[in-house]
Amino acid sequence: MWSFSDISNSIHEWLSGNFNPTWTLIIEMVLAGVAVIGLFAVLGLVLVIMERKVSAWMQIRLGPNRVGPKGIFQSLADTVKLIVKEGMTPAGADKFLFNLAPFIAMIVTMLLLAPIAFAGNFQLWDINIGVLYVSAISSLSVISVLMAGWASNNKYSLLGAMRSGAQIVSYELSAGLSVLAIVVLAGSLQVSDIVGSQADGWWIFKGHLPVWIAFVTFIIAVTAETNRAPFDMAEAESELTAGFHTEYSGMKFALFFLAEYVNVFIVCAIGATLFLGGPIPLHIGSWEGFNHAMDYIPSSVWFFGKTFFLIFLIMWFRWTFPRLRIDQLLNLEWKYLLPISMINLLLVTAMAILKWHL
Amino acid sequence: MSASSLIVLIIAAVAFSGIAILISRFIVKPTVTKQKGEPYECGIPTKGKTWMQLNVGYYLFALIFLIFDVELVFLYPWAVVAKSLGWIALIEIVIFFFILFLGFLYAHKKGALKWM
Repeated sequence: MWSFSDISNSIHEWLSGNFNPTWTLIIEMVLAGVAVIGLFAVLGLVLVIMERKVSAWMQIRLGPNRVGPKGIFQSLADTVKLIVKEGMTPAGADKFLFNLAPFIAMIVTMLLLAPIAFAGNFQLWDINIGVLYVSAISSLSVISVLMAGWASNNKYSLLGAMRSGAQIVSYELSAGLSVLAIVVLAGSLQVSDIVGSQADGWWIFKGHLPVWIAFVTFIIAVTAETNRAPFDMAEAESELTAGFHTEYSGMKFALFFLAEYVNVFIVCAIGATLFLGGPIPLHIGSWEGFNHAMDYIPSSVWFFGKTFFLIFLIMWFRWTFPRLRIDQLLNLEWKYLLPISMINLLLVTAMAILKWHL
Repeated sequence: MSASSLIVLIIAAVAFSGIAILISRFIVKPTVTKQKGEPYECGIPTKGKTWMQLNVGYYLFALIFLIFDVELVFLYPWAVVAKSLGWIALIEIVIFFFILFLGFLYAHKKGALKWM
């Protein structure tokens, strides 16, 4: 069975056999860069069409169905449309910051791809503080939002950016605390160690009630952190036209859009890795035949399957819950989620010390 | 790959966004009119300054966030060794949370967590 790590290893061997070490390194870097750009673009296209199809399905309508069979090329057509649109800069805007903001959004999202385990043993960088790295980098995304909102010289943008700032920093706390629950259980911050600790069962199955609470808190918190409905205060269409990117058009708007969707993918990938075992296949007790059959499915399929399941869950939220008001949103975090996740962390620690999870 | 992958990722992000913006700039012929530069506020002429004063609530939440975020940074190294340290780790973190909780209660009592 071919796996990603086999392919990357054979490419590495072929390159080091034919070129000297410096050129090997340079060619590998270029290949990695092209690969992540390709992944980024494909993810954006797939997630946009998925969002539209899922929302159409939930509202009993057809959704996009003109471009290509069943409308699957709709997002490609949208990309072409966005390319031929003029990218305007408003007269009163701070031009430098206005143009810089989409770049920052893209860089932050791209950097988050580094520690994600796409398949068993296949990571760009297996950094030993992986989880801390993810929470550190993902909190930078608030900078691009604030920058875009402030530089636009538009009241809607500024309001959207301020709301988004308050929201992202608040929900980061409970996201961090629920991630810490898994760190306590696994005893490591490294993503490959956390994946390895789930080889005999995913944390969601091994961890009993405390891990389920942590999982639910995590999903709520990341939905808020990525500005998805029902927490889409930053771009509440009916109140703020489009929130922090009201003034953006053309390709700069498209970059924000793309970064937002890939962000959703990344947080779901982190959730799938921490709670659902990432690339580890599903095993049930001592059912030898079943476990064997599950092992035949490649680990990357498991990883993407779990991630897309969580993405579907977040899209489902959008059509189920009405949007929260800003005070309700902050109440939910500070008066419910934060105390719950703090007490839950203590519960998880007690559980880890008593070894109930084994 | 190691830390150099971060440089690759940053370059990839900048190249991707830069090329996308450049392509669209080559294709599109910009037209400049006075109306186009105005802020998009549903057609009503803008009144007053845009960079206005905002509700102080945002800053209060940012300040409380800072306390808890620093707490979270302290928790990371603790979480890694908590299982091997055993009960002493749990007792210490209960004391730590208790002190923090007193501060949280104080902020709550002062009305910092109430909107407006």
